[in-house]
Amino acid sequence: MTPLRLNLALAALTAVLFVLSLLIGPAHLGPVASIRALVAGGDEATRIIMREIRLPRALLGLMVGASLGLSGAVLQGFLRNPLAEPGIVGVSAMASLGAVIMFYSGLAGASLYALPAGALAGAFLAVIVLLAIAARHGSTLTLILSGVALSSLAAALTSLALNLSPNPFASYEIIFWLLGSLKDRSMTHVAIALPLIAAGGALLATTGRALDAFSLGEEGAESLGIDRRRTRLFVIVGTALAVGAGTAVTGAISFVGLVVPHMLRPLTNRMPSSLLLPSAMGGAALLLAADIVARTAVRAGELNVGVVTALIGAPFFLWLIVRSRREIF
Amino acid sequence: MIEARNLSVDLSSRRVVSGISLGLVPGTITGVLGPNGAGKSTLMRALAGQIASTGSIAVDGRELASLSFAERARLVAHLPQARIISWPLTVRDLVGLGRMPWQGVSRAFSNGDRALCTEAMEMMDVAGLAERPATELSGGEQARVLAARAIAQDTPVLLADEPASGLDPAHQMTMMAGLRKLAAKGRTLLVSLHDLTLAARWCDRILLMKEGRLVAEGAPADVLTAERLGEVFGILAHIDHDAGGMILAPVALAGGTAHREARP
Repeated sequence: MTPLRLNLALAALTAVLFVLSLLIGPAHLGPVASIRALVAGGDEATRIIMREIRLPRALLGLMVGASLGLSGAVLQGFLRNPLAEPGIVGVSAMASLGAVIMFYSGLAGASLYALPAGALAGAFLAVIVLLAIAARHGSTLTLILSGVALSSLAAALTSLALNLSPNPFASYEIIFWLLGSLKDRSMTHVAIALPLIAAGGALLATTGRALDAFSLGEEGAESLGIDRRRTRLFVIVGTALAVGAGTAVTGAISFVGLVVPHMLRPLTNRMPSSLLLPSAMGGAALLLAADIVARTAVRAGELNVGVVTALIGAPFFLWLIVRSRREIF
Repeated sequence: MIEARNLSVDLSSRRVVSGISLGLVPGTITGVLGPNGAGKSTLMRALAGQIASTGSIAVDGRELASLSFAERARLVAHLPQARIISWPLTVRDLVGLGRMPWQGVSRAFSNGDRALCTEAMEMMDVAGLAERPATELSGGEQARVLAARAIAQDTPVLLADEPASGLDPAHQMTMMAGLRKLAAKGRTLLVSLHDLTLAARWCDRILLMKEGRLVAEGAPADVLTAERLGEVFGILAHIDHDAGGMILAPVALAGGTAHREARP
């Protein structure tokens, strides 16, 4: 498939899913009435449902999905490892921990901003630790191992918070949040996440050239005039901004960053740079689709979108491995 | 033209390259020889500006340290010893990466870029593999594809770290003949090798290294003497000559035995 055709197809798919996401909900509004309420206003109830419930939800699906897909593609290219995903550098786990601390301390209930602030603080703590370690030992492997250690520590501390949590309701809230969801988010959440995701996405998007050079290893990349340190800085900070901001408003959503680049790589020339835009759109499409499934799959109530992405993602990933027979490129 | 003065490199506070001064002349191939761990690869990485070193390095009269990463990549190409190909890129795309330092943000390939890539692939006898995924090739084929990438970079200086290792005898010659062609175009080449005959017959000059130091430097016939090979490599070598130059065959460890029947 030519790059243009692939990108157009994914853009169309994402647009369709975005509109579909706007049209689906328990309120049973007709498509025409829904869109009219969104664009022109109309009766108050419909307008509130569309503008303050469904629109932020669809926008967050779009933004967070895109940031997960993009950072997954960037990390796989940078670490030259098809198993890399945003979780591997420890950013997601640390962001989750930051949010959990807000729940645990009760601050989450006091202010709408407390939860995202805690998650972002966690994400940036992860970045500072990673950069400090990377400054001493430059290798990519060190980065992966540090990320794994950081993730484990964050997971342990999250469990500790659950253990010590003052009442069962708080534990329930924490577990529920950890599963990831786009439910009941407002335009405030969009406003918090959008600038950070945009900034992180912009940083990540500039790394394409360097990622292609990294196909030849770190030494090979340097011989092509790539500044390894700068690339590493952009990848880490970009991931932290994009994924940290996403985690801050939706909780941890797994598998999108891992699976999407794999699904799309065979449709490209395998150059890491030609996978970035498709992965961003593919991530958005997958998360929007998963959120539609989460809302419609069970009659009573709603599933967590993180559960749906993992339920779709994990078996699909296994199928990819079995089907490809060779290495997972 | 690349010149180094009093070049030293410490890795994990161990001195790996120690006070080396050299001047490589355009239009020549200089071979670096020495036992494993002599510091050959580290010397090349330092000359490519990839690791911190003390002393000075100048390429075409410009201090390497004062150049940006991109400027450096337009002057010096480095073919690392580790042969890494991370994704199943086609051979053509992989060789095309060599043009990166010369391309703008759009990374568009000019006709000149394409011609240089084709020429490099032909030189390394991989043009017939152009559309194959590089990860599915044999080790020796991959080595030639990666060499073609470095050649396509089209720099005045090429540092090739063991480009001929793992190649079949015919392709070892193809490799050296390709490098000779580059030398004939006025390029400066530094090539590390382990095959003594290959080095003696294809290189204009030889640098012999041991334990981070330069122990001898000069024309192959002057440097690759039986005594020195004994000293540096600890081998007994049979040295012969024909019309094409020297023939060097290691036949035994110095002070050891010369054939397998005598093995303990």
